[in-house]
Amino acid sequence: MYIFMSKKSDLLPGTLDMLILKTLARGPLHGYGIAHSIKRISDDVLTVEEGSLYPALQRLLLAEWVKAEWKMTDTNRRARFYTLTKAGKKRLGLEISQFEQMITAISRVLAAPEEV
Amino acid sequence: MPVTLIRKLALLVYRNRYRNEMDEEMAFHREQVERELRDKGISEENARYAAACQFGNETLLREQSEQIVAFPVETVFQDLHFAFRQLRRNPGFALAAVLILALGFGMSVTIFGFFDAALLRPIPYPHPDRLVAVHEVTSQLPSSGISRLDYDDWKRRNTTLSSLDVWSYSSHLLRHGETSERVSTALASSGFFRTLGVQPILGRNFLPGEDLPGSANVVILTYATWQKRFAGRADAVGQSVNLGDENYTIIGILPEDSVFAPRGNGEFWMPLRGDECEKYRECRDLLGVGRLRDGVTITQAQADLKRVASQLESQYPESNRGQSAGVQLLSESFVGDYRSILLTLLGGAGLLLLIACINVASLLLVRSESRRREMAVRGALGATRLRLVRQLVTEGALLAVAGCVLGIGITAGAMPLLVKQVPTQMAGGMPFLHKVGLNAHTALFASAVALLAVLLLSFLPALRLVSVNLRDELSAGGRSVAGRLWQRMGTNLVVLELMVAVILLAGAGLLVKSFYRLLHVDTGFDTSHLVTAMIQAPGGRYTTNQQTMVLYHEIEERLSALPGVVSVGLTSDLPIQCNCNTDRIRIPGRTYSGEHNEIVARAVSPAYMATLKTTLLRGRMITEADNLPGPMTVVINESLAKKYFPAEDPIGKKIGDLDLSADSIREVVGVISDVHESSLEEAVWPAEYSSIHRTVNMGFDVAVRTAGEEEAILPEVVHTLHQIDPSLGVFHEMTMQDWIATKPTVVLHRASAWLIGGFAAMSLVLSIVGLYGVIAYAVSQRTREIGVRIALGATLGSVYALVMKQAIVLTATGLLLGLLCVGAASLLLRKLLSGVLFSVDAWDIPTLFVVMVVLGVAAFLASFLPAHRAASVNPTEALRSE
Repeated sequence: MYIFMSKKSDLLPGTLDMLILKTLARGPLHGYGIAHSIKRISDDVLTVEEGSLYPALQRLLLAEWVKAEWKMTDTNRRARFYTLTKAGKKRLGLEISQFEQMITAISRVLAAPEEV
Repeated sequence: MPVTLIRKLALLVYRNRYRNEMDEEMAFHREQVERELRDKGISEENARYAAACQFGNETLLREQSEQIVAFPVETVFQDLHFAFRQLRRNPGFALAAVLILALGFGMSVTIFGFFDAALLRPIPYPHPDRLVAVHEVTSQLPSSGISRLDYDDWKRRNTTLSSLDVWSYSSHLLRHGETSERVSTALASSGFFRTLGVQPILGRNFLPGEDLPGSANVVILTYATWQKRFAGRADAVGQSVNLGDENYTIIGILPEDSVFAPRGNGEFWMPLRGDECEKYRECRDLLGVGRLRDGVTITQAQADLKRVASQLESQYPESNRGQSAGVQLLSESFVGDYRSILLTLLGGAGLLLLIACINVASLLLVRSESRRREMAVRGALGATRLRLVRQLVTEGALLAVAGCVLGIGITAGAMPLLVKQVPTQMAGGMPFLHKVGLNAHTALFASAVALLAVLLLSFLPALRLVSVNLRDELSAGGRSVAGRLWQRMGTNLVVLELMVAVILLAGAGLLVKSFYRLLHVDTGFDTSHLVTAMIQAPGGRYTTNQQTMVLYHEIEERLSALPGVVSVGLTSDLPIQCNCNTDRIRIPGRTYSGEHNEIVARAVSPAYMATLKTTLLRGRMITEADNLPGPMTVVINESLAKKYFPAEDPIGKKIGDLDLSADSIREVVGVISDVHESSLEEAVWPAEYSSIHRTVNMGFDVAVRTAGEEEAILPEVVHTLHQIDPSLGVFHEMTMQDWIATKPTVVLHRASAWLIGGFAAMSLVLSIVGLYGVIAYAVSQRTREIGVRIALGATLGSVYALVMKQAIVLTATGLLLGLLCVGAASLLLRKLLSGVLFSVDAWDIPTLFVVMVVLGVAAFLASFLPAHRAASVNPTEALRSE
């Protein structure tokens, strides 16, 4: 099963930002790295489309939750690496707790006994 | 968020760097995906293809990222930039569209400027809606003056006006030492300016009672006079001026913007002085201005004054029989003749603007047809439909805005140009001319019109784009149903254009015909090689018949002696002026029951008739013998003879005043053909001519017949008159041709004939070009079909018929609709049009016929060219071309 994070309606709103921030929490990565990492860790369930990834990164940059700098990759190619800022870290914590609250809420709704 | 804003601004400055970095990042990403796929064992070529597929539309992707950091308006600039490039690529189209729009827009705003200044702006007095003009009414005259005695009674007995005052035209000689200058003045009752609500900016108003005989000589100056003659000095108040050999003390200066339009030329205002005329109820030379009491309507005031008038009628049947009262808004009496002309011109300009907009819209439609593929390609390359629509809207709007900006330029040039066309004499009565210009009102109107133009021109082509399927357009030559629909839309617009052209051409035709008729009115005398001047003699020096007789003779002798002068005549009033200075007559020996037998009375010198070259029908002209004391003699005109002596020889018949008093009885000695004493558009009245030597005329006019070029002799005439007596006021010296050409009716007629004629010429060109465009486009779309037809043996005639049939249907529909509109206008706007047209009916068959022929021939030519091209299509080439 693939979940394309292409349209806002496919995922809960703001989830993509949270996933990017969480991925960057483990260290600086370039755009492809972020998409690849999310895909790999989610066992190919979550696929971040480029059309969503880069606009999202621009948004995060504008909000100064991440910063970007050009660095060399292992294969000696220039790439833009994104790093989580302090504000980004705080934001990530906030988003995770909000997300968890929502998941709990949804679970409760789903766990409610069905009336026959 | 200020931080975000700063970052956005920074990115705006470094937009190029940002784009390069974005490109590099995308390229890197794609390479990584490719490598990933290759690592999975997919061939290099397939990997690249798959990566590209996964990546999707890179341009769109980059734009999406950019939108996050960009300002929303940036795309507008992109659209504008692109629109500019599009228009530059097709400068002919852009130039034509902008020029057409600019002309239509510019003329509309210009005319509106006049319309606004004359009709929409309130007259410059407080509570203008309460101010009314009051006058007397007879069966012959819808608006005649009031006599002083009638005025006094009206003022006392009415219950609907809080105040009623009167004024009258006058003129005086302003003395400058030995010489004098004739100035336009006005006399008013003492409350006149208080009724208007005008307070002098310096000095004081007339005091109650200052208009009674025996009070001190006081005068109030208009602002313009104060500036011109006293350089705006405050100490002008209290000084004295010599007017008509009497000293007047200046007591006040009127505000600049309070010009009383009917006497806009008037320089000095003096109180009425109880002269001879004011003693008689029959002498009606005053005009009334009143203020309605609160809550009173015009109709009520009218009824009230009519009631008073009928009381006076029964009280003084001798003088007041048939005299009723009329009341109208003062502002309406100000506007008078201009209303219908301005409304007509505004309508014409509106139609021109309409046809200009339709023309440009259809140009845009045709262009959007030929840009179908461009749009489809741009759509395929990732442009969203919204963005494409926006592009078209931007292009249309750009054209409209450019047209409007240029149009405002035209307006700024045309307004002062048109104002300058108004002769100074006439401009004095049109104080609103000062307010014609680019001001808040015209700006508001211009913006509204511009907005409409933008909406029309931007959304029409865009609508087309929304209604079609982009993918269909990609397929070569795809002529979908929608394409047909829009083609039909362009076609219908041409019908509309032709319709408007018919209306404008018909209007222009009628106005030109009316103008021609006006200029070719039979004046009854030879208007060429004739110069005229008006003379005002100082009252102090010429008080007796003997004195004026000497003056008249000297003037005739001295002017006759000038080289090139054939003859010289004097008259109390020059022809082509007005049915004014009238007399009421009775024929002795006939029963009289009080009817109004009003005739024009003129006093002329013996040489006057010969100088004008009038035709003598019976009897003799006025001669020197008629100058001598004794029984009075008159020459009458043909109209008088026909009306009062229809079946008898008028020679030897007698005419008298209403009382048939002995010294009023005069004998008819001759009949001349009618001289047009009234203004050109008015009917000729019965008239009598007596000897000028029998009466004392302070103001009289001189007519000089010359052998050659009349213009050159004018300065000589004025110079000679001043040599005879430097204190003579000489004014309005001009040739008879100029005298006619500067008459308000002629000026208004000429202006409207030229303007509407210009509008019509433009509309003719636009509609014919529009028709040509539609037919040529249809032919270009059907080249292949026509090729097939020819290949299958269609004759040339049938190809012509195929193309021309469409043109004929379009033209016939347009002309018919136009005719219907003209018919409707001639029925519904009869009153308006009769105020504009002179002796031409709004439904004038010959004019309409000419219009139809002109448009028909032009339309035929416009469609013949494409038809000819279609007939010469080479079938082989046509079939190969697509």
